Amino acid sequence: MTDVQSSPPPAEVATRISARGVRVFYGDKQALFDVDLDVPDRAVTALIGPSGCGKSTFLRCINRMNDTIPGARVEGTILLDGEDVNDRDLDPVLLRARVGMVFQKPNPFPKTIFENVAYGPRIHGLATSKSELDGVVEQALKRAGLWKEVSDRLDQPGTSLSGGQQQRLVIARAIAINPEVILMDEPCSALDPIATARIEELIDELRALYCIVIVTHSMAQAARVSQRTAFFHMGKLVETGLTSKIFTRPGDPRTQDYITGRFG
Amino acid sequence: MTEPGPSREDLKTTVARRLKARNAAERRFRLYGQVAIALALGFLVLLLGRIVQQGWSTFIDYRLTAQVYLDPSRIDRTDPGGANYDLLIAQQLLKQIGVADDENGTRSDAMKDLVSGDMGFQVLDRVKADPTLIGRTLTVSAPLKANAGLYFKGQVKRSTSEEERALSDAQIDWLDQMRAGGLVASGFNSTFFTRSDSTEPEQAGVLGAIVGSTLMLILTAALAIPIGVLAATFLEEFAPKNRWTDIVEVNINNLAAVPSIVYGLLGLAVFINWMHVPRSSPLVGGLVLALMALPTVIIATRSSLKAVPPSIREAALALGASRTQTVFHHVLPLALPGVMTGSILSLAHALGETAPLLMVGMVSFVPGVPDSLTSASTVLPVQIFIWENASERAFHERTAAAIMVLLAFMILMNLAAVLMRRRFERRW
Amino acid sequence: MSEHIVKSYEDELNSLAAECSRLGGLAEAQLADAIRAVIRREPDLAAEVIQQDDRLDEIEADIEQKSIRLIALRQPMANDLRKTVAALKIASNLERCGDLAKSIAKRALVLTDVEPMPALSRSIERMGQLVQSRLRSVLDAYASSDAEGAMEVWRRDHEVDEHYNSLFRELLTYMMGDARTITPCAHLLFVAKNLERIGDHATNIAEIVHYEISGDQVSPGDRPRSDDLRA
Repeated sequence: MTDVQSSPPPAEVATRISARGVRVFYGDKQALFDVDLDVPDRAVTALIGPSGCGKSTFLRCINRMNDTIPGARVEGTILLDGEDVNDRDLDPVLLRARVGMVFQKPNPFPKTIFENVAYGPRIHGLATSKSELDGVVEQALKRAGLWKEVSDRLDQPGTSLSGGQQQRLVIARAIAINPEVILMDEPCSALDPIATARIEELIDELRALYCIVIVTHSMAQAARVSQRTAFFHMGKLVETGLTSKIFTRPGDPRTQDYITGRFG
Repeated sequence: MTEPGPSREDLKTTVARRLKARNAAERRFRLYGQVAIALALGFLVLLLGRIVQQGWSTFIDYRLTAQVYLDPSRIDRTDPGGANYDLLIAQQLLKQIGVADDENGTRSDAMKDLVSGDMGFQVLDRVKADPTLIGRTLTVSAPLKANAGLYFKGQVKRSTSEEERALSDAQIDWLDQMRAGGLVASGFNSTFFTRSDSTEPEQAGVLGAIVGSTLMLILTAALAIPIGVLAATFLEEFAPKNRWTDIVEVNINNLAAVPSIVYGLLGLAVFINWMHVPRSSPLVGGLVLALMALPTVIIATRSSLKAVPPSIREAALALGASRTQTVFHHVLPLALPGVMTGSILSLAHALGETAPLLMVGMVSFVPGVPDSLTSASTVLPVQIFIWENASERAFHERTAAAIMVLLAFMILMNLAAVLMRRRFERRW
Repeated sequence: MSEHIVKSYEDELNSLAAECSRLGGLAEAQLADAIRAVIRREPDLAAEVIQQDDRLDEIEADIEQKSIRLIALRQPMANDLRKTVAALKIASNLERCGDLAKSIAKRALVLTDVEPMPALSRSIERMGQLVQSRLRSVLDAYASSDAEGAMEVWRRDHEVDEHYNSLFRELLTYMMGDARTITPCAHLLFVAKNLERIGDHATNIAEIVHYEISGDQVSPGDRPRSDDLRA
């Protein structure tokens, strides 16, 4: 049960992801306690909270990346467009083709820029000819705001780019397979302020097309970038609501204490 | 107001006092390191120096070029093989240097001892091929017999007394005369690289051993590397981490430390006695060495795989790649430098193994070049072992020369490992 | 409520509120002095009030500067943000109150040269007391974060209007009766008007205090009014 619903998502916006009663265990230790959360489509939802509160854990439940951690157990339902993500019969590979992920430290493959973006479409069979693949790559790089900077050096290794460019390359890689949801786990924490601002601008552009969930430990970033915010604390979802509401008049005193810096 | 604890001045003097002792300890440590390196290098130089000193003379050989008159009275046209070409040649040589033969033919016998039987074979082959040569004079060139060569190389000396010497005074005189007469010339000993083992040192070469080693290594590589890499990949990336995989890992680590002769016994019992693989063949040698190299390849591959940062795997998985695609498209290519280095090093190690190969019968005398995986062959280390035990003096220098060849082989393989690693090294 | 992890942030917020309260005290004193100057016909006091107004302006400018600095450097959120904005707005209201008190004092100077009119003085005194007490109450509510106290003041906004309306009628009656009283009555009218404005500011401050504590805006339409001048 979520403790406080400051404001539910407005009725006319579709809910893309619907989590109910999500519990996560690492071995014997429980990391998430009964999380209920609705994530609207075509909007940015920020997950905030102190270290170890479970926000990254919850994020990783959405694309079943917790499966890769030995000893991790996920219970509860997470509906993505009505299908339960946790269903054992659902192939995580198919799920991850619909839900992209961007990590904290930019991790482009040590291949060429072109190959980095083309890898996803290639393995999912999204492009059948070379020209089609070229088109997919170009569009993804354009959407990620990187095309102008790299169009003349697509055969350079992806690791030769700067940190901010690498993160945009990773975002291009994620959107090349046309996902429905993009998950971002602290995408700017390794970047300088200008690169961060570029990524935030990119997120702003992307939210017209995708459902974005971003975990951030910078409240200022959550305030700038998201439309809805969910505050996690010690594995529980304490409060969720409109970002403008949470940051001017949060309902739960724990939320208020966290965002005003009264405790970590 | 005094600060709690030691004052800044006290701290400074304490630290300064200790500093002298610490610097001295550091200098001592550096000295120990330098001494250790010097010792190691010294031993290395000593060893290599000894070997080169013993073996370099192998690469020079003394050849005799003689005019051989094919006396029709001695050679039967219908049976060219029946003639005693060695004697014929010896007698003609004596004549050429102006020494008369005695009635018992002891001198020609002695002369025969100076010339390699190869000369006789060459003449025989040419006569057989073209019998019209009978009655003509041929120019034939062949190496001198081993001891004669040793005389020119200074290893058989006039200063030793005749009973202890391999050559008699007369023989030595004749050699000098032949040399003075221009019949003897020195040159590069290509026989060493073009011939296989032989009972006569001057006709002995390492070709058979090199081919045998190469065949065996190819087989070892073809077996150990794919199996090892795939096994390691499975253990590292796919197998669940439970008790069973722990047991497997411990066993593999232990197998890497098992003495190599045990693998020889295994090869003997299983491959030769049970599966009836031909003895002394590159096949059985390759199988045994593949077993030996397998644990090392697995361990090297596993540690290379472990060194690939997990962020790459996560990135691939999050993109919707299956486990297999992640491993084969991303992880393994990144681990390749380490895998290759480990493989090449384990192959280089296998190249020098002797004990297990002795157990599977490679100790026999193999005069020819092996032409298939199942034909009898020998390998370089075993060849060295055999020659070391031979009685002729000339085999001593050849043993050292063979060791030099083996070392050259190993240096080449290590160099290949380093170059390939540099070439495929990727930065992530 | 627990304290900020960064102590200096906590101190900055508190000192801002404290300064605002101080400004409030000064404004209260100015108002009391101005009314007294009118009623007791004390020109020296009036002159002092006029001079003191500069001090209030200074303090308000300082509060404004501090608030902006706090917003820029600390990026306050939620209740801290509301607190900062509240201090800014209340200071502005208080400064206006100070200006209005100064205006009253100016009129007091003029009125001392004229014949006293005791009945009117009493009415002014009563209205002045009401306004003073409202200002005091609302500033107390601000200092002690008492939302209910603030709302009390807010709800009774109509009382000031009633006083003003009755004073207005009284003055009109005087002016219609005796033409010589028109000048002083006109001044008194302005004094009454200024008092009524101060009462409005007190209501504003009450709304701001309520917003700071609860985060809810009070709907302006709910404010009970007796502004219909024809009543």
